[in-house]
Order: sequence, then structure tokens, then C-alpha cells
Amino acid sequence: MTEATTSARELTVGVGAGGLATADMVLNIGPQHPATHGVLRLRIVVDGERIVSAEPIIGYMHRGAEKLFEVRDYRQIIVLANRHDWLSAFANELGVVLAVEDMLGMEVPQRAVWARTLLAELNRVLNHLMFLGSYPLELGAITPVFYAFREREELQAVMEEASGGRMHYMFNRVGGLKEDLPAGWLGRVTEAVAAVRRRLPDLERLLVGNEILEARTRGVGVLSRDLALGHGVSGPIARASGVDVDLRRDTPYLGYGELFGPGGPGRVVTLEAGDCLARLEVLLEQTRVSLDLADACVDRLAGLPQGPINVKLPKVLKVPEGQIYCATENPLGFNGYYLVSRGDKTPWRLKLRSASFNNVSVLAEMLPGQLIADMVAILGSMFFVVGDIDK
Amino acid sequence: MAVDLPMPRVGPVSEHAPRPIKVVLNWGRRYSLWVFNFGLACCAIEFIATSMGSHDFIRLGVIPFAPGPRQADLMVVSGTVTDKMAPAIRRLYDQMPEPKYVISFGACSNSGGPYWDSYSVTKGVDQIIPVDVYVPGCPPRPEALLHGIIRLQEKIADESLSSSRLRRKYAAHRTPSAAELSRPLLFTPGHEPVGEERP
Repeated sequence: MTEATTSARELTVGVGAGGLATADMVLNIGPQHPATHGVLRLRIVVDGERIVSAEPIIGYMHRGAEKLFEVRDYRQIIVLANRHDWLSAFANELGVVLAVEDMLGMEVPQRAVWARTLLAELNRVLNHLMFLGSYPLELGAITPVFYAFREREELQAVMEEASGGRMHYMFNRVGGLKEDLPAGWLGRVTEAVAAVRRRLPDLERLLVGNEILEARTRGVGVLSRDLALGHGVSGPIARASGVDVDLRRDTPYLGYGELFGPGGPGRVVTLEAGDCLARLEVLLEQTRVSLDLADACVDRLAGLPQGPINVKLPKVLKVPEGQIYCATENPLGFNGYYLVSRGDKTPWRLKLRSASFNNVSVLAEMLPGQLIADMVAILGSMFFVVGDIDK
Repeated sequence: MAVDLPMPRVGPVSEHAPRPIKVVLNWGRRYSLWVFNFGLACCAIEFIATSMGSHDFIRLGVIPFAPGPRQADLMVVSGTVTDKMAPAIRRLYDQMPEPKYVISFGACSNSGGPYWDSYSVTKGVDQIIPVDVYVPGCPPRPEALLHGIIRLQEKIADESLSSSRLRRKYAAHRTPSAAELSRPLLFTPGHEPVGEERP
């Protein structure tokens, strides 16, 4: 909005009967634009109201995290790792410690495994609630975001009680968690999850079946299955296009093997439509699945005997020479860390494969042919975090 | 496109207005801060959380509905400022009418924060625009932003009404030229336009 300027004009003159002389216009959306919730910039060529081509211009939030990983030791890396996708901090730090533990061949205590699973699912709910609130906001509905944040505060209070952080938990350590869970905490998690589940219909009523929202999203911005696969789209966006993939079920880590096993509460939500509405519905349904998973984790944790929650680490933590690729299912899609170690206390290279980068790359294919008015609806439905794109 | 807005005045003798008048005028200004959220990173989420029901900064008179910088009194820079983003921040700051205030929200915009040794991060937004209040934290709690807002309001209450003094506050103040506000922010290296202005 503030940066909307025309920077070039190409003149196309229509020939023949009824041909109207039109000029293609280049429109810059962003980098500071209310609809990009972040600093993504789109360079769009429009013919009247119709988008001819679109190009996401990224890098406004590039903080050089991958380079900084190389000068941080394995304890310090977690600080930076949980900040690239600021809405799924716990899931991000999880990927790093899982990779390092795998390289070290470290056995993690059972309680830590289940506590991590629980916290990861709570974090997933937090992330989804944010988008369930902000997406209608971008479509012009202000109310849902207040409901979403009421639930977020409820869960953030629980997360904060355990970890001390509202957003960046820094609770994972190589070999387990930072410290044991507070006394009586599991009961408060159950209460918070129950409260969120009870009040979720308040939010849902504003979204599902809402005529205006459906008019803006149904059949808009259809992402085909092939396109999703071709661009490496993952997470809820891919699942809304019928790509039945979820690393929690397909390559189980933590306690997910059991949760997604037969009789477990875990299920993968997929839809076929691939439009903006389908993406929103997948998110809503996933929130419910994650709440169920959180309950299952609480039950499991309550049944475990007392024991350590982490492994005592040496003063200098060195990872043996080698390499590993460790991917986890972040709330927004695959989050992979490619760790190359040369036996030092810092990684030689830690490559980050983030979900939003691939998810946003598909915009260049999706936007052409759409109307400008639908652009915001499509952009918002891609559920990206700019830090996750730019790293 | 150049911003050439006159300083708001209460009259030629405003500088010599009696103290009660100053108090009343500053009271009016401090409780109607239209805020422009320059949301960049993680801290922007906490900024949103502060504007929501449980913390609610609207009760302090901070109104988050400014359509853009041209209608705002206060800019909250929340998040990591990168060298690529910095010119845009300067430009939007220049577009704000005076008197204008800036709150730097979070460690990244205060000093670079955890990215202090990054090659692409600006080490503090105060390198490009003057900052009134710094809120520390990574990210700061919503309560910290409320505290920062109250500090800023105290600062406004103590301000003299003389426009020359208000202007002096902006150590880095200068009126930008039209070209500065409309030229492209980025160039291909080696192809910087020399003295030319875009249409």
C-alpha cells in the first residue's frame, strides 16, 4: 500500500474488432504491506484487474542464520534456530536437537520424548490459531483474531509456566529438556486444552459457513496436486490439495509412531479442493487433531514413572564427523536440517530447509490469471512466516 | 510526494502559553497516539498480542488503525531490521508528519540482538532513525510494551510546546527531497542511477 508505485509501463495495443488498448502495469506489493504480515514483496504485472505474472521478491528478512550457526556451539544454535519461524519455535529447536542427538547416538529419556511431543503439539495449536485469526483479518473480518488470541493466551500461559518463554521457549536441550516440568503442570495443560476445545466452536462459527468468507475463498487460488508436488509444497497447504503426506506418520519421530499408529488419536487431515477455503479448513481440523494429540501425550506422561528428563552433557559438546539430514513436520510443513560436522564444537554447515520458502515459491504459478482482489486472499492462505522464507 | 507538512501550531504565542495550557495540550497529544506498526519479525506477534483483549493498549490511547505512516504519530519498529529493509524504514519514517515518535521494540531493533554478528542485519534501528523509547527483550512481553508506551507518554507530557525545541529533538531531522522518497530502494551493483529521477 505504502510502497505501491508504478515503475514500468509496457504498452500492448489490441488489434481487431472490439480490441481495447490496454497497458500492462507493474505493481509492487510490499515490502511493508498489511496483507503480507511481514516483509514479503511481490512484483505483479497486471492487465486491468487481471494478474499477468507475479514474482515474489524475498530477502527483506534475511538474517544470515545459516552462517551464524557455524560460529555458535550446539547449545547456542537453538537460540537462532527457534527464531526463523517465530510461530513454531518449539518445532524448530526440536529439529536441531534431534539431528545432534542422532549424530551422537544419544538415548533420550522417555519422559523427555513425551514432554517434547506434548509441547510440539501445543505449539502447533498456537501456530494454527494465529493463522485462523489473521487470515480472516486479511479478508476484512476483524472479530476472529480476538477469539484466536484469547485461546493463544490460554496456551501461552501454560507454555510459559514450563519453559519461561511466551514465544521462544529455548526449552529443548541436546539430550532432553532444560528442566523438569513443574509440579501440577499436566493438570493445568489438561484444563487449558479443554478450555480451548470448548471455545473453539466460537471461532469456528465465524469461519465455517460464513457466506462472505466462502465467497472470497471457495474456488479461489486453486493449487493443483501436481503443482504442489512440483514445488515441494508441504504441510497443511499440500494436504489441502490432496497430497497425503505428514512426517509425523510417515517417518515417525518422538512419540508420533504410537500416536499415529493403529488406535491412536493421530490422523492426517487431507482435502481435495486445493482452494483457499480448503487450506483454512485443513488448518481448523488440524487444530482439533493436535488438541487430541496433546491430551494423549498428557495421559502418557502421567503414566510414566519419575525419572530424568535430560542427559548430563560434557562441558564441551563435540559432534563426531559426519552428516545427517533430519526433517520434522513443522506446523507449516517440512522443516529439515542438514547438519555437516567435522568433529568440532560448532557445525561445519547447518543447512536449513524451511517450509515457507517452498510454499511461497508456488505463488509465481498460482497468481497469474487471478484478479487483484483475490490476490490478498491467496497470499494469506499460503500461511507463511517471512522469517521462514528468508532465514 | 515530498513531505512538507507544517509543524502543528497552537498560535504564534504558544511558546509563551501559561503552564496549564501546556499541560492540557500535551495531555491531548499523549493520549491519542495513532500507531503505525512496522512489524518485521517475531516481536510483531507480541505487538499484536498487546493490541488484543487481554493486554489492550487502546486503553492507553494508542490507536492501531493508522492506515499508513502519513496518518501516524508513533511508529513501533518491532523486529529485525536488515540492511535491505533499512531504506524502506527511513522512507516511511520520513513520510510521517511531525511531531513523530518511535519506539524500538525488542532486542533486534535496539541493537541487532541475537543477530549481532550477522552480515545482513542492521545493528539497531537508531542507526537510521531517531528512537524515543527502547523496549528490551527478545521478544519483550506485552507488559513491557505497555510500560514503554507509558514512558513515552511521560516524555510527551514534559515536552515544551515551542516548535523550535520540538524540532531540535530530532537530532537526525532533515526534510527529505522528493527524489529520496520516490527513487527505487535497491540497485543492481554497478548500475546505480546517477542523479536521475524516475518519472
